[in-house]
Amino acid sequence: MSAPATWNAQPRRPAWGVRTPRRKSLATQAAILIAAPPARVTIPLTGSTGIAAIPLVVRGQGVRCGEPIAAPAAPGLATVHASIAGRVTDIGACPVAGSSGPVPCIVIERGTSDAHWDGYPAQPDTATLPADEIRRRIATAGIVGLGGALFPTAAKLDSAGPTPLLLLNGAECEAYISCDDMLLRERADRVVAGGRILCTALDAELCVIAIKTDMPEARAALLDALDQAGDPRLALSTVTAKYPAGGERQLIELVFGCEVPVGGRPADIGVICQNVATAAAVADFFLDGRPLISRIITISGGGITTPRNIEARIGTPVAELVALAGGYAGTPERLIMGGPMMGVALPDDALPITAATNCLIAATAGELGDTAVEQPCIRCGLCVEACPAGLMPQELLNAVRVENTARLAELGVSECIDCGACDFACPSHIPLTAQFRTGKRLLSTAQLAREQADRARSRYDARTQRLARESSVQATTPVGPSALDALLARTRQRDNPPGGDEAD
Amino acid sequence: MRFDTTPPPQWQSASSVASMMRIVMLALLPAILVSAWFYGPGIFFNIVVAVVVGLGTEAVALRLRHKPVLATLGDGSAIVAALLFAFSLPPLCPWWVTASGMVFAIGLVKHAYGGLGYNLFNPAMAGYVLVLVSFPSLMTGWPEADIGDLDYQRPSVAATLHYGLTGELPDALTLDAVTRATVLDRVREGLGAMRTMDEIRTNPVFGDFGGAGWEWVSNFVALGGAALLWLGIIRWHVPAGVLGGLLGMAGFFWLMDPEIHASPGLHLFSGGAMLGAFFIATDPVSSPTTARGRLVHGAGIGVLTYIIRSWGSYADGIAFAVLLMNMAVPLIERWTRPRIYGRPG
Repeated sequence: MSAPATWNAQPRRPAWGVRTPRRKSLATQAAILIAAPPARVTIPLTGSTGIAAIPLVVRGQGVRCGEPIAAPAAPGLATVHASIAGRVTDIGACPVAGSSGPVPCIVIERGTSDAHWDGYPAQPDTATLPADEIRRRIATAGIVGLGGALFPTAAKLDSAGPTPLLLLNGAECEAYISCDDMLLRERADRVVAGGRILCTALDAELCVIAIKTDMPEARAALLDALDQAGDPRLALSTVTAKYPAGGERQLIELVFGCEVPVGGRPADIGVICQNVATAAAVADFFLDGRPLISRIITISGGGITTPRNIEARIGTPVAELVALAGGYAGTPERLIMGGPMMGVALPDDALPITAATNCLIAATAGELGDTAVEQPCIRCGLCVEACPAGLMPQELLNAVRVENTARLAELGVSECIDCGACDFACPSHIPLTAQFRTGKRLLSTAQLAREQADRARSRYDARTQRLARESSVQATTPVGPSALDALLARTRQRDNPPGGDEAD
Repeated sequence: MRFDTTPPPQWQSASSVASMMRIVMLALLPAILVSAWFYGPGIFFNIVVAVVVGLGTEAVALRLRHKPVLATLGDGSAIVAALLFAFSLPPLCPWWVTASGMVFAIGLVKHAYGGLGYNLFNPAMAGYVLVLVSFPSLMTGWPEADIGDLDYQRPSVAATLHYGLTGELPDALTLDAVTRATVLDRVREGLGAMRTMDEIRTNPVFGDFGGAGWEWVSNFVALGGAALLWLGIIRWHVPAGVLGGLLGMAGFFWLMDPEIHASPGLHLFSGGAMLGAFFIATDPVSSPTTARGRLVHGAGIGVLTYIIRSWGSYADGIAFAVLLMNMAVPLIERWTRPRIYGRPG
């Protein structure tokens, strides 16, 4: 067996980013707890695409664990599986963690038996499978991006060009979150196996697994697993422990030294990025025949009695996971789903988790800084240093406040990735990221208005020309039924794109 | 269980404008004490006048602008401006000089432009330049540094207070008797009288690099600057630019002819070079926010300082250089914008 290669053995030091206090070790003291099936799960049918899967079950129907319960509405989207065995009690819109409104869900109440559906045979030997067959099975497995995006993995793989570079993102850069770290420590072999399967599915010659310098245990476990596998396509890369080094675009910059063009996707430059947990889920499906029914979640924060990582079924209510972590300690002020930077504050802990829920933080008052009063910008430039997108937040802020959309476009507000690093750096406590969300809305509204104005103008021009033409024709031709028909037909075509309708 | 909801990001900076200003004040404190050690208690009188007038002016300006008074005074920015202004003044200085400079600095330069964060010019330096051109004869009140073996009358606390309050020295003392021309003044006059640097430097007021005594004040200013760098309050770009620009110019001309050009060491450790490099030019509000812009800004100040010292009508050029480069900040910032991720270079 050859020693596994490391890619960019020297950690790249990004000029951007912020160093947040390290709080990952809170939840890495205990091994991953595999939670028993909860009494009730609420499984969302929509992923990042917003297109709901079509239910295959009816209310009252009994289901086994792992059984398909909803079929993808379009090719490339993911199948949804029952995460526990039991009976379907409801199909309808329910609120879930991290979603602004109710989403279509299937509710399952646990039955007495814990029967597993065995419709997916294990296929450990993937090397002989054709690439498109592997991608089709990944869609069947219901695997979506577990980094938080929930983008269907099969669709992402389908978007790849020939022989792409595969990047497995294990550089979780938000403080508190340690689910990928723990996954790599305990199940590095699964991540490596998943990486190999994905390589085959993509026809990729290189798969780089990226972690951060502050994950020595994960690094050791990965090197072991890579050594075991002895696959020359796989390599390990270690990047600086700075936030947001684990952002897809930022990680591509750090590992491969190239940037994703504005408006483009990583696939455009030949990179396919997947979370390490996604790779492990792929391995679980091919090696064990287990579809995506659970994920690892970090339960952490000062308001949790014994912070730890839990492998929980999709759809488990947040409160049950908190109970498994010893319950609340004191009275936490906020319950955050995701990291402290990009995570959303949940209004209530009865909400069910989704496949995107990588972390729950019960934060006590003052744990994440006091909500201080906003002060004027002193142009200290800390936000400029922090911005991973190369923006100048303090200038963008002025442009948002005066609603100057031309300047917002010039300064690149659309390139803001919402990471919140500028907010974290700002000594004046200005809610910059929230302002930039407003700026993006302003810009897209202005762009829409401009497009509509352009369309109206060209339609008006065409109409003026047509009237001029018709007035010259009318002088010679009397208006008959055929002329009226032509007029009607033209009117019906009004909704067509400008230029095509009137310029005949 | 229900919880508060806030939009992301959920985490806020642990630092604040007020804490940054407090660190700047503390970083300047050793240099203030060393200055008092060598030049007497006058600096404390200047600081008291500048802080009182500065805070008073800020309070009035905030009131007139219908802004919260107490909360804004607490950010410490007016006190920092007052400290830097007072540090630049001669230790023997009548109160109205200090007061008029502070009223101008805070009232016009800071608040007429929109208050903290919006002023184009560095308030302390604008105030200093105002009093420098308005009261040229009163800006020479630098006592000889107390380096032990000089036969001059050191102004007492009472005399300093008397002068500060009335503009006149008590008894038979005259200003000429207790003050001495600064090192940069001597270099300027000496070279103007066609003397060589070696001849000029025979005067005991010269130390190893700059003025005896003052070079120690400069050392402690630099030490405070190093602390600010260490604590991340300032970045290296501006000090490197200022000192590099000054060193480059001074070094070039000194190597050409050391007889008629002051040494780079003298330039760096005299006048306001260190204060300018670490405390003045690094003022976030009136300097660029980009790394490259800060280098350009700093280098411009260094080069202009040398030009004004060597060929201008003032012995020291830091204040003028800072104000001139402040004017260029919007332009520098425009030229040195970072490249946006994913956009073609």
